[in-house]
Amino acid sequence: MAQAQTTHATTEAHGGAHEEAGFPPFASETFGGQLLWLAITFVVLYTLLSRLVLPRLSGIIENRRTMIAGDLDEAAAMKSRAEEAGSAYEKALAEAKGRAQALAQETRAKLSAESDAKRKALEADLNQRLAESEATIAAKKAEAMGHVHGIAHDTATAIIERLTGKAPAPQAVEAALNQIKA
Amino acid sequence: MASPIEQFQIKPIIPVINFTNSSLFMIGAAAVIVGGLLLATRKRAVVPGRAQSVAEVLHDFVANTLVDATGREGMKFFPLVFSLFMFVLTANLLGMIPGFFTVTSHIIVTFALAMLVIGTVVVYGFVKHGTHFLGLFVPSGVPGWLLPFIVVIELISFLSRPISLSLRLFANMLAGHIALKVFAGFVVSLLAAGGALTILAPLPLLMAVALMALEFLVAALQAYVFTVLTCIYLNDALHPGH
Repeated sequence: MAQAQTTHATTEAHGGAHEEAGFPPFASETFGGQLLWLAITFVVLYTLLSRLVLPRLSGIIENRRTMIAGDLDEAAAMKSRAEEAGSAYEKALAEAKGRAQALAQETRAKLSAESDAKRKALEADLNQRLAESEATIAAKKAEAMGHVHGIAHDTATAIIERLTGKAPAPQAVEAALNQIKA
Repeated sequence: MASPIEQFQIKPIIPVINFTNSSLFMIGAAAVIVGGLLLATRKRAVVPGRAQSVAEVLHDFVANTLVDATGREGMKFFPLVFSLFMFVLTANLLGMIPGFFTVTSHIIVTFALAMLVIGTVVVYGFVKHGTHFLGLFVPSGVPGWLLPFIVVIELISFLSRPISLSLRLFANMLAGHIALKVFAGFVVSLLAAGGALTILAPLPLLMAVALMALEFLVAALQAYVFTVLTCIYLNDALHPGH
């Protein structure tokens, strides 16, 4: 207690009118000084916080928010671009497939047309040869038939000459042959 | 041994300008707040470090408290509410360091802060809403004959706000520090008494340790309570009429 008393005494000596054994929070003579320094401190604190610290702090938070939002937007844009590329690829693939099919069709048609043409040419050639052969056969046959008449004439003349001993008149043989033929 | 209330003594440092230990710790608190926050945010990192996270948590915490109570338009009071919260919190916590003066253990300081809040409410209320601000005292849907009583009750309730706001903080800080000092004093007294009593000395020490933890909780909690009530009162200025 003695120490406390000493402190009180020195406080009194420095600060002036101090209530002995008073309750410090209710010592009204200290109010003015406390209020003065509270006002100074709080005004300075408020000014520094509102002008300097809080703009910086909310700037950091705001900056992060916009950055995240920007990143998300960018990711969405990238995704849509990737989807676009995917659909373009699919379209290209479908187109290529269609073209390949058309090409195959065309080739097939061309090949079948070619083979048709070849076959037709071959057939025509064969037909022609057939016709030629037939014509040759007919000619040979006609020729042979022509020879038959001569042979028959000669044979008939020879036979009659052998039977009768004398050669018949060619006109009579001819007439007889023509009679048989008719 | 010093009395438990000796720690609340105002001691002059520079008497000419009324600069006392209280003034020193007020400036100390402001310096800790501004210096700490500037230091924590000096990198302005997108991915915050530990210190910057704390600063951002404090910012968001006060901002959310304010917006919850007053809505978006209450953010114009954000610097004031943040300053009040940080000042009370820092002053309370600085006072927890042994030998340090607790600024908020003086009624005049807490009353001045409370009057700042109420003054802001009244001035902003009248400037923004004119006489409509008085609708604060006239709740709607009250029967006519009951109205005079209600108005009187509302008026008393409004006028008692600065008192309750300042007394709550002051009394909590004062009582906690006295209790701590008393139990710490017991330890010394028991040790000095000698004999069997010396053996009992650890008991009040344990109590003092437990109280220390409790006082840290109270220091933070009272700063929060002060801030929440400030926000609720500011809501009256922004939206008078219940």
